Amino acid sequence: MERKKSRWSFLSNGYLVLVLLFIYLPIFYVVLFSFNESKSLTNFTGFSLRWYENMFNDETMLQSIYTTVLTAVIATVVSTVVGTVAAIGLSKAKPLVRNLILEVNNLPVMNPDIVTAIGLMLLFISTKVQLSLTTLILAHISFCIPYVILTVMPKLRQLDDNVAEAALDLGATPVQALVKVILPQIYPAIFSGALIAFSMSFDDFVISFFTAGVGINNISMYVYSMKRYNPSVNALSTLIVVVVTLILIAANVIPRIKDKKTKKEED
Amino acid sequence: MKSFFRMTYPYILWIAVFIVAPMVMILLYALTRTGNSTLTFQFTLENFARFFSDATFMRVLLTSLRIALLTTVFCLLIGYPAAFFISRLSERRQTMMVLLLTLPMWINMLLKTYAWRGILLNFDLASEFKVFIGMVYDFLPYMIIQIHTSIAKMDGNLLTAAYDLGANKWKTFLKVILPLSVPGIISGITLVFLPAVSSFVIPKLLGGGDYVLIGNLIEIYFLTAGDWNFGSAISLIMALIIIASMWLTRKLDRNAQEE
Repeated sequence: MERKKSRWSFLSNGYLVLVLLFIYLPIFYVVLFSFNESKSLTNFTGFSLRWYENMFNDETMLQSIYTTVLTAVIATVVSTVVGTVAAIGLSKAKPLVRNLILEVNNLPVMNPDIVTAIGLMLLFISTKVQLSLTTLILAHISFCIPYVILTVMPKLRQLDDNVAEAALDLGATPVQALVKVILPQIYPAIFSGALIAFSMSFDDFVISFFTAGVGINNISMYVYSMKRYNPSVNALSTLIVVVVTLILIAANVIPRIKDKKTKKEED
Repeated sequence: MKSFFRMTYPYILWIAVFIVAPMVMILLYALTRTGNSTLTFQFTLENFARFFSDATFMRVLLTSLRIALLTTVFCLLIGYPAAFFISRLSERRQTMMVLLLTLPMWINMLLKTYAWRGILLNFDLASEFKVFIGMVYDFLPYMIIQIHTSIAKMDGNLLTAAYDLGANKWKTFLKVILPLSVPGIISGITLVFLPAVSSFVIPKLLGGGDYVLIGNLIEIYFLTAGDWNFGSAISLIMALIIIASMWLTRKLDRNAQEE
């Protein structure tokens, strides 16, 4: 029996390792080839940092990083604020109205990106709004808000209405009740909504591709429109991998340290 | 509490302009001819007739459905055992595995697809197979995470009960674990099939110029041919197919749960 069990866990662990290898293969590949000496995509000829150097001298590439970050930051801030405010309002609405608005809110989440993209493009062009960085940012805000609402809404519905009522009865203005009572309770949901909005915006290609003006490129659009293969893209990918890993580690480790601290203080 | 509802007014205005209006525009363009007929509302079904009467377009549609279906089936075949094995690990390791699976999802899809382009240069493969690998790669983590969530939510006592009542491992899996993980399978299928049908980056980067899926067709009619009316009609057809398949999966899900 014991032996059968260990053979079983050997097989299942082996399978999981294979799946992880598949999922990490392209990531290992970009990290390795970002240090390649030559331009080759198939042979690793030796170690060099020239593609990192190239990246920092490549104006178009740096411009695309700047556009991506700028768009993501603005879209995250605006969509988090608008989405949270809307979600709080919606949670107090009549069920019929709330469900109707939520159905519409879900459209961009359910729709294929390309449908959302051409819809926005048609909207901008037929209202004679020139495609530009502004239309790109507007489009990003509009597809990020639904995700913020979907993240914040469930948390709001768990809240006890009586607490806000009590605050109002005790003389708090609605704004005070909102800032001092409701917001602190849903803060973690707002934070994860903002995180989702940021990563959606940062990674978007399709919607950006149809709504950005001529010459405005984010990282995805830059990679897509590359005429010749540019190994500096591997250097850029490697940097993104490092940043994402650090953020995820931080997001998972910091709460644990905090937990330990509060536990210690309680002791 | 009425004063709180006023907080949604700006958002209602926002969705009217940025969600409802674009959908109406697509519908209007799809139902009219090129020229000023969008403004004068002379409706026609010409664009739809053109799509369904042309063998080339039908072939593109079928190819898109085929590769999306293949991708979904393989994600399920690879993903289910993975999700199941993960759920048998200790809690600490489960969190670790889910974290490892989520990490690549945060990395720009274009960059990962570009890396695959480099890797696949080493092999001589048919374009459809390259696109297939790229799609399975991109969507597999979603499938695994959805199924894992539904298995992990399961009450462990159910398994103990099944063993106590004399079921062996296989029987427990088939009669208890598998049926209870159907909701996870359904949401996994939705998360893979829907974006796979409309995908246009992966076919373009991995399949080369001659491999066209329905998403690429929409891009061509909007950006190269400049025929927004026909392009809108194609995207409407695609949206309808997606809505229909979603309705079908939901119905299957309901039937399975009633059983």
